[in-house]
Amino acid sequence: MSGSARRVWGLIYRHLALYRRSWPRLIELAYWPVLQMCIWGFVSEFMVRSSGWAAAASGVLIGAVLLWEVCLRSQMGFAISFLEEVWSRNLGNLFVTPIRPWELVAGLISMSILRMAAGIIPAILLAWVLYAFAITDMGFAVIAFFILLMAMGWAVALAVTAMVLRHGAGAEALAWSVLFGLAPLSAVFYPVAILPAWLQPVALAIPATHVFEGMRAALLEGRFASGHLLAAAALDIVWLGLAAWLFASVFRLARRQGLLLNVGE
Amino acid sequence: MKDAPGGGGGRVLVAEGLVKRYGEVLAVDHVGFEAMPGEVLGLLGGNGAGKTTTIAMLLGLLIPDEGRITVLGHDMATDRFAALGRMNFSSPYVSLPHRLSVRENLTVYGHLYGVKGLARRIAALADELDLGPFLDRPAGQLSAGQKTRAALAKALINTPSVLLLDEPTASLDPDTADTVRGWLERYRDETGATIILASHNMAEVERLCSDVVMLKQGRVVDRGSPAALIGRYGREDMEQVFLDIARGTGVAAGGGA
Repeated sequence: MSGSARRVWGLIYRHLALYRRSWPRLIELAYWPVLQMCIWGFVSEFMVRSSGWAAAASGVLIGAVLLWEVCLRSQMGFAISFLEEVWSRNLGNLFVTPIRPWELVAGLISMSILRMAAGIIPAILLAWVLYAFAITDMGFAVIAFFILLMAMGWAVALAVTAMVLRHGAGAEALAWSVLFGLAPLSAVFYPVAILPAWLQPVALAIPATHVFEGMRAALLEGRFASGHLLAAAALDIVWLGLAAWLFASVFRLARRQGLLLNVGE
Repeated sequence: MKDAPGGGGGRVLVAEGLVKRYGEVLAVDHVGFEAMPGEVLGLLGGNGAGKTTTIAMLLGLLIPDEGRITVLGHDMATDRFAALGRMNFSSPYVSLPHRLSVRENLTVYGHLYGVKGLARRIAALADELDLGPFLDRPAGQLSAGQKTRAALAKALINTPSVLLLDEPTASLDPDTADTVRGWLERYRDETGATIILASHNMAEVERLCSDVVMLKQGRVVDRGSPAALIGRYGREDMEQVFLDIARGTGVAAGGGA
């Protein structure tokens, strides 16, 4: 194993050891996605029984819930793994090892993927068992949806991590709240055309908006909306670039101001 | 004098003209010193003297406003990762993740430092530092003495050539503190490692340090071996020398505070 791979594995091992010893953390991983799936799944069932149009749309609602959780869990998986280091006042130890900042980010992304999978897989199975919703109904595009939403989650998490480095644990609420704030603009449960005209350009600057437009095209019209997916990919690159720049700038600032020793306070 | 790229015969650590400001506060003011292989260098001073800030700069956690640090021949401003793999540190101000066992913590840091034969290294440290009884206990459930030994094991996991210790025996009972000091002496003798030690325990300084840098208000006010400083200030021990310098009451023969 190369030096970099070994250091990234060291970080992953640290979190896996943590989860092995903390069953509440393990339960929390799947709790919200499963709960969301129950609430929205039953709402969909109600709609199916009470309206013909809604019957067609119910799969869209369940798909939206699932995909939004992919984005949310990816962001939280990254940000909370970093917060675990802050809470345990371990950053001082971590940053005097030869670990490079990009290796830290790679470790956090790996943990984000594992955490997201631990939360989403039970929700996918639940949707299939309770509501006969198969995620594969979206076709191969679902793979692109997952990747694009995870990338957006990582971009937001990288920015949140930068804020935690800059402002300490006081900024940790951002890890839970930022994506919730973006949800109304991301056209998760309704088309972007529903939004007021002046708000639509803002919504279209969010990668997730294009993913959910693509999802509706796949489920309702059975077509692959390549334009939306390309737009989402381009926006993800821009968002990740900006977030990486912010993280690198704040990391440099933290080394100038001595924040790495005190960030847990 | 030539710097030692591999911790050989030259200077292992060189700090030149270090300056660090926090806003209006000048925390470190043109501090400079060097350390040789096998040397235990003490950084002494009262609270706010600049010891922790200096150590943070030596470790690359903090970028100096002015000055230059070279460790094992590597410039810490441009090539710090090459040096960090052969350095380590321990401080009561940072802790190991509480929910992980001591063994798990050592495994994590062994991977981060790329330690070969990691299981054997952990077993050896457990034996030498007597970690066995609590090796598989979560770090958060350890006593103060056990935590210090676990932190020391983490600081030694990569057999560092340069070891920085901030208050290594703080909160330890005299018996455990004596054991830790004995272990540090053996480690230095067996490996030729350089140890930078910040401590408020003057008996510890007298026992371990071959050289001492006295800091006050961010500046180096004196330097020498404990015996030389005691003689220069006409005192009986380092405790009295420390008080003379901290309170500005003592006058060193031939210079100093």
